[in-house]
Amino acid sequence: MMRPKSEAELADMVAGATAALRIQGGGTRDIGAPVAGAVLSTGGLSGVSLYEPGALTLVAGAGTPVAEIEATLASEKQRLAFEPMDHRGLLGGDGVSTIGGVVAANVSGPRRIQVGACRDSLLGVRFVDGAGRALKNGGRVMKNVTGYDLVKLMAGSWGTLGVLSEVSLKVQAMPEAVGCVLVHGLSEVDAVSAMSAALGSPYDVSGAAHAPVGADGHPVTMIRIEGLEASVAYRAAKLTDVLSSFGGEVSVERDPDRVAAGWTWVRDVAVMHNTVGDVWRFSVKPSEASGVVANLRAAQPDLVVLYDWGGGLVWVKMPEGVDARQVDFHGHATLVRGSEATRKSLAVFQPEPAPLAALSNGLRAQFDPRGILNPGLMG
Amino acid sequence: MEMPAPNPEVLAKKARVVAQLQDVLPRSAVIFEESETRAYECDALTAYRCPPLAAVLPSSTQEVAAVLKVCHAEGVPVVPRGAGTSLAGGAMPTADSVILGVARMTEVLEADYANRTIRVQTGRTNLSVSGAVEEEGFFYAPDPSSQLACAIAGNIAMNSGGAHCLKYGVTTNNLMGVTMVTMEGEIVEIGGAYLDASGLDLLGVICGSEGQLGVVTEATLRILHKPEGARPVLMGFDSNEVAGECVSDIIKSGILPVAIEFMDRPCIRATEAFAGAGYPDCEALLIVEVEGSEEEIAAQLERILAIARTHNPVELRESRSADESARIWLGRKSAFGAMGQINDYMCLDGTIPVSQLPYVLRRIGELSKEYGLDVGNVFHAGDGNMHPLILFDANKPGDLEKCEAFGADILRLCVEVGGCLTGEHGVGIEKRDLMVDQYAPADLDIQMAVKDVFDPKWLLNPAKVFPLASSETRRMAVA
Repeated sequence: MMRPKSEAELADMVAGATAALRIQGGGTRDIGAPVAGAVLSTGGLSGVSLYEPGALTLVAGAGTPVAEIEATLASEKQRLAFEPMDHRGLLGGDGVSTIGGVVAANVSGPRRIQVGACRDSLLGVRFVDGAGRALKNGGRVMKNVTGYDLVKLMAGSWGTLGVLSEVSLKVQAMPEAVGCVLVHGLSEVDAVSAMSAALGSPYDVSGAAHAPVGADGHPVTMIRIEGLEASVAYRAAKLTDVLSSFGGEVSVERDPDRVAAGWTWVRDVAVMHNTVGDVWRFSVKPSEASGVVANLRAAQPDLVVLYDWGGGLVWVKMPEGVDARQVDFHGHATLVRGSEATRKSLAVFQPEPAPLAALSNGLRAQFDPRGILNPGLMG
Repeated sequence: MEMPAPNPEVLAKKARVVAQLQDVLPRSAVIFEESETRAYECDALTAYRCPPLAAVLPSSTQEVAAVLKVCHAEGVPVVPRGAGTSLAGGAMPTADSVILGVARMTEVLEADYANRTIRVQTGRTNLSVSGAVEEEGFFYAPDPSSQLACAIAGNIAMNSGGAHCLKYGVTTNNLMGVTMVTMEGEIVEIGGAYLDASGLDLLGVICGSEGQLGVVTEATLRILHKPEGARPVLMGFDSNEVAGECVSDIIKSGILPVAIEFMDRPCIRATEAFAGAGYPDCEALLIVEVEGSEEEIAAQLERILAIARTHNPVELRESRSADESARIWLGRKSAFGAMGQINDYMCLDGTIPVSQLPYVLRRIGELSKEYGLDVGNVFHAGDGNMHPLILFDANKPGDLEKCEAFGADILRLCVEVGGCLTGEHGVGIEKRDLMVDQYAPADLDIQMAVKDVFDPKWLLNPAKVFPLASSETRRMAVA
């Protein structure tokens, strides 16, 4: 395994590579078509190099463990706004997640609907392209339109455009108080409508999820609010009114530990941990979510399903090797968990229409002319 | 400002190009008489002007595609134009270019409240997007100060911001999908009423690409329910340092104001003389606005005022009515007008890390003395986006050039302290030649490589963003 300790060393290794490289942070997100190649780990590019709590800015090496960043931020009562999912439970890995891996996969959690995805918190990147050039884009300030926004392009490019060496992030203050309004017993159709009503209210919802089978075995719809104590109390009461018309019993959870545990359960898709089967992640127009699930269920009655992002994100556990993209929908589906054989036979990422595929392939050819960075991972 | 010499071959075939454009568009949509093309000779960066070869005003995505096919086949450069409010010269033509204006494409195609999105044609103005959903209680968050006039097309091209982006983000954070026409005339759909990209984030790089990658004709935008209310508080301090520390402390406290605006003494004085908003005569002034219900506003303001008091403010003024709120905002909103009353001015747009604020303001003061030109600072303090306004006299020979040199020094200073050349206006022609101060040659090369993919012939808005010397081989290779 190659494990550079500096960006210069990383650049030399990429420049000197003669065959495909498998780019790895902590190796906790083995997602995508399997890549054959020597492992190049960014784990040696570790450490927070700048943290200004008063400017809500943090800069860290790509190999910095997420846990280290979260601890650093917590010491100033701050956090990563986009709430990155920990994939280890779902995928069964036990590595150390790195911030570079989070960025390369554009991993976000339930708060994505309020504050945006990882890419929206990403202020700047340093990376080494496929030719071995050390490059930078963006910076460490929140507003920056100087030149093309390659920062967004690098987020979610899964190491196929370059190897990240450093990332710069906007961070967020932790809220003083949290609350979760729970609606019990709703159908999936009604749950999506209820979440839509909450998200279309002025009450600044930071999470909207629905589990057809919750932790206690019954359907539960969860609406999260965060902020000052006075705000959370006020908005919990208002949202209780909004949600009462959907037919389910409504309760409010104000214990911070229980609220946190509930949202970690959603974020990490715990309902699918320690199970067998392929796991698909649908990003859809929220109002179409329950219809997509109903159509899938018509062919496969035993689905396990979890709705997040007010219905905009649907996790579906299917029998192994079955193509979940046979239903019609607006959006895209990713095969997040599947055997190597399935990941070779079914496209892991949604196949793009020809003109977009041409643009994507053109970009890869420019950033990685020799085709050595995670070749084929994204299809 | 140097622009590439127009291509004589293109100038020579004007009649043929115009005839082909007239074949694919209604007569009234093709403007080619010199008396009429003059209307498109500049955008809001009025110091530089050049009438285009022709201007076209298509009414549909199909017409845009037809225009681009003609221009692509004939090798004619195309300069896309929204409402022409760019302060950076983003829509400035060259003599051999066709201006492609989307001003006739203003329809709302779909307002979807259940999914909190709106689909519009991109010639629609920013404010009228909010206007279309206002009755249902919704709004479109990015609010550039030109929002009454500026078009969504230009907002996407420049990734526009506004005063409220501290809480709601800039255009790229609120843009979900586009219909775009490539220079070849191919219509592509990217993204839609769902979140995140399926593959590479093409939308992310298109937003902010200053009309160099394609012409965006339709957009799906995120809309939000309006907050129940909003209220500002005004604070005066006797030094920039202290005001800067107060901003930091507010941000650290966990309260997220919707806006934190900063004005320095020269700006406060000019504004007072012009608008008489009743601002205190002090070194630095902050306007902090929060949102929510009455109870929520009160709770947030109580915290903010407590933080402010620890910094010994010379003035603390909490709004108690809509009228008082309007008075607090009056001075800030008249700042540009007030400076314009004194003289011509140039508005800069660099961003700095908030912690560098006192140093940067001190250096700007020193440079002001060296150049002999006055400067006032208005500032989105929460996110470090500065708007120094340099006063000069356009009728005095040499003053514009002196002002530009001063502006360039300020922008280099922004880069030097860890910031950037432009926070929300874009590079255009204005900051094109300063890009080498922020980026190494290879950093610029990889950006230009993106344009190579989308527009291999470099026909879309070609003389912008990148220093002419850096882009010359690419522009010439295909000319």
